[in-house]
Amino acid sequence: MTYAVAFQELTLGYDRHPAVRRLDGEVADGSLTAIVGPNGAGKSTLLKGMTGALRPLAGQVDFGTCTRNDIAYLPQQSDIDRLFPITVVDLVAVGLWSEIGGFFGLSAAHRARVDDAISAVGLTGFESRPIGSLSGGQIQRALFARLLLQDASLVLLDEPFTAIDAKTMADLLGVVRRWHGEGRTVITVLHDVETVRAYFPETLILARDLVAHGPTAEVLTAANQFRARQMCEACVGPPHDCGRDAS
Amino acid sequence: MWEALIQPFAEFGFMRRAMLGCIAISAGATPVGVFLMLRRMSLTGDAMAHAILPGAAVGYLVAGLSLGAMTVGGLIAGMAVALLSGFVTRVTALREDASLAAFYLISLSLGVLIVSTRGSNIDLMHVLFGTVLALDNSALILLCSITSLTLIALALLFRPLVLECADPQFLRAVSGLSAVTHFTFLALVVINLVSGFHALGTLMAVGIMIVPAAAARFWAVSIGGLICAAVAIAIISSGCGLLISYHFGLPSGPAIILVAGLAYGLSLTLGPIGSLAAPILPRRHVEA
Repeated sequence: MTYAVAFQELTLGYDRHPAVRRLDGEVADGSLTAIVGPNGAGKSTLLKGMTGALRPLAGQVDFGTCTRNDIAYLPQQSDIDRLFPITVVDLVAVGLWSEIGGFFGLSAAHRARVDDAISAVGLTGFESRPIGSLSGGQIQRALFARLLLQDASLVLLDEPFTAIDAKTMADLLGVVRRWHGEGRTVITVLHDVETVRAYFPETLILARDLVAHGPTAEVLTAANQFRARQMCEACVGPPHDCGRDAS
Repeated sequence: MWEALIQPFAEFGFMRRAMLGCIAISAGATPVGVFLMLRRMSLTGDAMAHAILPGAAVGYLVAGLSLGAMTVGGLIAGMAVALLSGFVTRVTALREDASLAAFYLISLSLGVLIVSTRGSNIDLMHVLFGTVLALDNSALILLCSITSLTLIALALLFRPLVLECADPQFLRAVSGLSAVTHFTFLALVVINLVSGFHALGTLMAVGIMIVPAAAARFWAVSIGGLICAAVAIAIISSGCGLLISYHFGLPSGPAIILVAGLAYGLSLTLGPIGSLAAPILPRRHVEA
């Protein structure tokens, strides 16, 4: 089985405090994986490590054949300046960055793809709206359209459905399934266990250490979730409280 | 009417030169100011203007009232502060506002120290308050060159710059241009302030950069619209300011910025977008 991302003894953290410890494993190419775990379990940190933006404290992330242009990442709190005067089209079209770069214009074919992406997330008619006039759900739709245009083989989503209504979530899950159908690898941090069971074949449970990783039906058990909560509670507080030292 | 508005320009070469210099500064510095405003860095322009002072003063002490020496001095001081504060922001925990404030205050105090050693010198006052009515050929060529360079750089960097402002995280993820864009932009701020201090003085140079941009905010929404509105306001303010200074014998730099300030006040109260009057102006809702 080929992998999209593999971890070897991966330790990630900030300012020498590890948030993810000695993670081993690999995410299969073309799989649809949910990362679940309590708050502070290191889920977002792991995703950042997978973008390559956060250097491991120890161990390594192996991207196989992926390069930076093959990875698309949607952060939990994007630091988009919502008051900046750009339109939905402008925001979405930069998803083509790997093709148009910083300086080249959009061809008619590019424009058609931008329109397709906007229509795929249900934002047709909003093209020339300034992003400041969009609701939170509409911004998230626009960001998904941008991800569509990035045409990445590895898509990383950090809690993409937080504070979003059911209709928007259903539409965006449709986009996620479309990616899965196209053979892309999608890794999503999620809180809602029901969504994970319904849509995500693979699950990785994290509580700073790896709790379990495998098919959702086998892994996402009450026992594992309970264990994850306990492990995380044990780790709240200064590092010396933890069961073992991560250095 | 003709006598009041056109004759000063028709009759006196220095007025035409002053107007040309002001148009050059308006076309170059004001678009930079629009981006400063959009990035919420309006006060950065002010800080950078102060940072330039010691360089210009040292240039003056070394070579007298020499265009080249003061330009190079100003550029070195401005770039040093821009690069040091940018560097500190990117590699340490200190935020940009604090690191810039620290460096510009150091630079300013150095400048005041140097200026005070020759405080009574009238030429040095020209550095501080500008000599728009005495622009010679080489100064005009310098101003126009800086404006051309600025507009070319803005055209090339437009997309990365907009993205660096709107979604820096995404720019860093897809491209290595983030740092290049940031520092090029700071460099544009510095060269335009240096350009501005030849005409309006170090204290007023930042005015033509920021005040028209702030006024344009009440007239346009898109980036292109903001830039056009700001440049137009800057050029009109320059013309009016020069005429007022001519007719009433007032210093031209402050006169230009005060007219721009008047335009800002009018925009703030009467402009169609987001102004004080905007809620009571009749505007149709956008359908759908």
